[in-house]
Amino acid sequence: MSSKSIEDYLKALYILSRNGKSISTTEIAKHFNIAPASVTEMLKKLAKKGYVRYSPYHGAQLTRKGFQVAEKVTRKHRLLERFLHDVLRIREDKVHSEACKMEHALSDEAEESLCRFLKHPDRCPDDNKIIPACDLPFSTCEECIDLHKKDLEESGKREHIPISICQLKEGAHGRISFIRGGHNVLQRLCDMGLTPGTEVTVVKSAPFHGPTEILVRGSRLALGRGVTETIFVEAEKA
Amino acid sequence: MTQKKLIIALAGNANVGKSVIFNYLTGLHQHIGNWPGKTIERAEGTLSFKGYTIDILDLPGIYSLSTYSLEELVSRKYIAVEKPDLVINVVDASVLERNLFFTLQLMELETPMIVALNQVDIAKRKGIEIDTEKLEQLLEVPVIPTVAIKGIGMSQLLEMAIKVIEKGQTTRREVRYGDEVEERIARITETLQGIQFYYPGRYVAVKLLEGDEEIAREVARLAPQAADAAKKLADEIENLHGHPCSTVITSERYEAAGRVARQAQTLVPPVKPTTEERLHNITTHRIAGYLIMVFSLLLIFYAIFTFGNYTSDLLNNLLSGLKPFSTSLFGTGIVGDLVWGGVAEGLIAGVTVALPYIIPFYIVLYFLEDSGYLSRIAFLMDNVMHKIGLHGKAFIPMMLGYGCNVPACLGCRIMETQRERTLAAFVTTLVPCAARTVIILGLVGRFIGIQWALVLYVFDLFVIFALGRLAFRVLPGEPSALIMEMADYRMPDLKTVLKETWFRLAEFIKIAFPLIIVGSLVLKAADVFGLLNPVANLLSPVTVAWLGLPVITGITLIFGVLRKELSLILLAALLAPVGLQALTPVQMVVFTLVAMFYIPCVATISALVREFGGKKALFITLFEIAFAIILGGVALRVLTLVT
Repeated sequence: MSSKSIEDYLKALYILSRNGKSISTTEIAKHFNIAPASVTEMLKKLAKKGYVRYSPYHGAQLTRKGFQVAEKVTRKHRLLERFLHDVLRIREDKVHSEACKMEHALSDEAEESLCRFLKHPDRCPDDNKIIPACDLPFSTCEECIDLHKKDLEESGKREHIPISICQLKEGAHGRISFIRGGHNVLQRLCDMGLTPGTEVTVVKSAPFHGPTEILVRGSRLALGRGVTETIFVEAEKA
Repeated sequence: MTQKKLIIALAGNANVGKSVIFNYLTGLHQHIGNWPGKTIERAEGTLSFKGYTIDILDLPGIYSLSTYSLEELVSRKYIAVEKPDLVINVVDASVLERNLFFTLQLMELETPMIVALNQVDIAKRKGIEIDTEKLEQLLEVPVIPTVAIKGIGMSQLLEMAIKVIEKGQTTRREVRYGDEVEERIARITETLQGIQFYYPGRYVAVKLLEGDEEIAREVARLAPQAADAAKKLADEIENLHGHPCSTVITSERYEAAGRVARQAQTLVPPVKPTTEERLHNITTHRIAGYLIMVFSLLLIFYAIFTFGNYTSDLLNNLLSGLKPFSTSLFGTGIVGDLVWGGVAEGLIAGVTVALPYIIPFYIVLYFLEDSGYLSRIAFLMDNVMHKIGLHGKAFIPMMLGYGCNVPACLGCRIMETQRERTLAAFVTTLVPCAARTVIILGLVGRFIGIQWALVLYVFDLFVIFALGRLAFRVLPGEPSALIMEMADYRMPDLKTVLKETWFRLAEFIKIAFPLIIVGSLVLKAADVFGLLNPVANLLSPVTVAWLGLPVITGITLIFGVLRKELSLILLAALLAPVGLQALTPVQMVVFTLVAMFYIPCVATISALVREFGGKKALFITLFEIAFAIILGGVALRVLTLVT
C-alpha cells in the first residue's frame, strides 16, 4: 500500500465525513467508483495502521492520527488548486485532477511557502471548499506574514491542528483558537460571545448541510455552514 | 401646573422582553414610525408618573454597539447625541453573561442608566439564581428584578428611574482592559484632548483601537494625526496578542462581563431537561422538526384561509349593501359612478382583503415570533434558502408573503444587508398571496380540478427557486451566513402580540389604502369615459395574439394591478352570461399563470418603493411583467401541443 493511496483514502474520508459520523463503505465505493469489497479491504488495512476506526456495517471513521494526515493533504490539495488556477491560469475544471497528482509530492516546507505566496487563501477555486488550517502555532495569518522564513523554522509546529466547528461531533466541546473572515463577520461573532478562548459545545446540525446549533456562554446560537467552516477550535477530548 | 418632561430609552438584546416592558409602561399611548431617513423602526410612547410626563423610546434589540448593523449605529448615536435622561438596560437574567456584555458597552458610553433584570422567573426555572444586591455592587448601578409579562417590578423600575434622574448618577464604573491596552487608550485620549465630540473621550479612544468605521471617519476629519496614531497603536496590540485588536478588546469586555456574571449568579442546572428544552429538541429534530413545521404551517394557512374567505364574503355583502345610500346621495350620473365605483369600491376592496386575511395572519405570526418558534423554522429552512443565496431568516418574510406581499416586503428588514433585503423582497413578490390564491382556486381549482391548482402552486415554488437563484447570481456581493440566536421558548404576551398586529395593520392601511383608492378612481374614470376598450384593443397583440386570451382580459389584467383577485371577479362579470366557463382549460391556466406573476399589485409596488427606492421597484415590476408575458405565451404553446 503506497503512501499515495493511503493519503487518497484518508482525504476521501475527510471530505465525506461530517460531524465525526461514520462513513459507509458504499459511500466510499461510490466516491472512488470501485467495488465495495475492495474498499472494505483497504479500510481494514488503514485500521491496522491506526488511521481509521472501522467496523463492518457501520463504516469507517478517521482517528486523530488519520484526521491529521487527511487535513494536511487536503490543505495541500486545495492550496495547489489555488496556485494552478490563480497563478498558472489553468482552467477551473482541470485544477482538481492536476492537484490530485501533485499533492503527494509537495513537502510541508513548500506548502507553508505556497500558503504565504498565495496570501493565505481561505477557499479553493473549483468548489469553494474551505482550506484547512496550517499546523503552525499562530493565531492569525498576519503573524505568519510578519515572520521571515528563518523564524518560521524555529517557531515549531502546533500540537493539534485546529479544526472547524462543523467537523466537531454532536455533543463535543472545543475552545475557539481563531476565526477566519472579514472584519464585519468577525466583529459580529465576537459580539455574540464567540471570542478566542471561549468554549463552545456543538448540539446538533440540521440535515443536508444545514446550520449548526451551538451553545456558547449560556446562549444557544444557530450558525450557518458558511460561518461554522471559518471558526476553528481546539477539540477537547470528550 | 406644567409637567416636567423626561426622556427614557429602553435598550437591550433581542428577545429579552424589552417590548413587553415598553407596552406595559406606555399602554396605548404609542407612536411607531421610522428613524429619520432609515428603514429602522422607532417606537415611542408616553406616560405620566409622579408629576412627570415621560417619553419612552424603545431602541431596537441589539447585541452590541459596534457598527455591524444600522440598528446598532442608530442606537449608539441616539444615546450619545440626543442624550436621553436615562437608559433602562433590559437584561435577560437567563443569559446573564452575554447581556452584561451589552450593559458594559452602555456604561462605556457614560450614559445615566439602571438595569431591569428581566425574566428572573425563566432564569430560576433554568437553575440560575441571581444575587441582585451583589450585581448592583459589581455594576455600580441600580438593578431591579422584573417579570415584565406579569407586570412584576414595573412600578419599582419607574420609581428607581425617577430617583436616579432626580439625584443624578454619580458612580461610574469603567471597564478596565489589560495594561497594554489601557496604556494605549491613555495615549490616544491625550492626542484627542480639546477635540469636541459627541462621544466621551475614553469611548472614542477604545473605539479607535477597535477600528470602528464611523468614529475613525469622524476623527480622521477632526484630527487626522490622532487617527493615524490610533491605527499604529492598534497594530501594536494586534502584534502583541496575535488577534485583531477589535477581537482583543471584545474578548476582554466579555471577560469582564463574565466575571460579574460568575460572581452574581449561582448555577444549579435542573436534573431533568425543562419543558422549553424538550420542546426545542423536538421542534428542531432532523425528522420530527420538519414534520411539525409542515403540519403547523399547513394548519395555520388552512385556518386563516377558511376564516378569511368566510369573513371576506360577509364583509363584501355587508358593504355592498351600502350602494343604495351612495346612489341616493350622489345620483347615478358620472359623479355617483366615480364615488361608488371608484372610491367606495376601492375602500371595500381594501377592507375585504386586509381585515379578514391580514389580521389573523399577523396575530399568528407575532405569536410564533414571540414564542421563539420562528427562529426554529429559520434554523430548519436555512439550507433550502441558501440555494437562492439567502439564509434561514428569509423564510419568514416569504411565509408572510402567502398572506399579503406588502407586509412581506416590509418584513425583509430582518435581513442584515441591503443586498439580502432586496433579494428577499424580490422573491417574496413572487409568492402567491391570498388574492392570487383566490384566482388559482377560483379558476383553475374550480373548473379544472384541485390537483391542477396544486400543480400551479408547486410550479410557483419552482419559479421562486429558479428566479431566486438567478437573482442571487446576478446581484453582486457575497451571501452572508446565518448567525442567529435561538432564545428559549416562552409564553408570548398576548397584549404585545395584539399591539404589534395593530401597528402593522395601521402601517398597511397607510401604505396600501391611498393607492388602492386612487387607482380604483383612475380606472373607474377611464371606464366612465370609455377609455378601457381602446386600451384593451391596444393590448390585444399581447393578450390575444401571444397569450391566446379574449380581448377583455386586457381590461381585467389592468384592474388586477390594483388587487389581483379583482381581475378574476371582473373577468367573470365581463364574460357574462356564460361566465368563466367561456374560457378553455388552457386559457384558464394561461390566465392564472399570468395573473400570478405579471406585476406586484400597487400596494406592493409602493411598499417596494418605500423600502428600496423607485429604481429597484421599477426594475422588479418591469421584470415581472416581461417574465409573466413570456411564461404565459410559452405555457400556451406547450399546453396546446400536449392537449
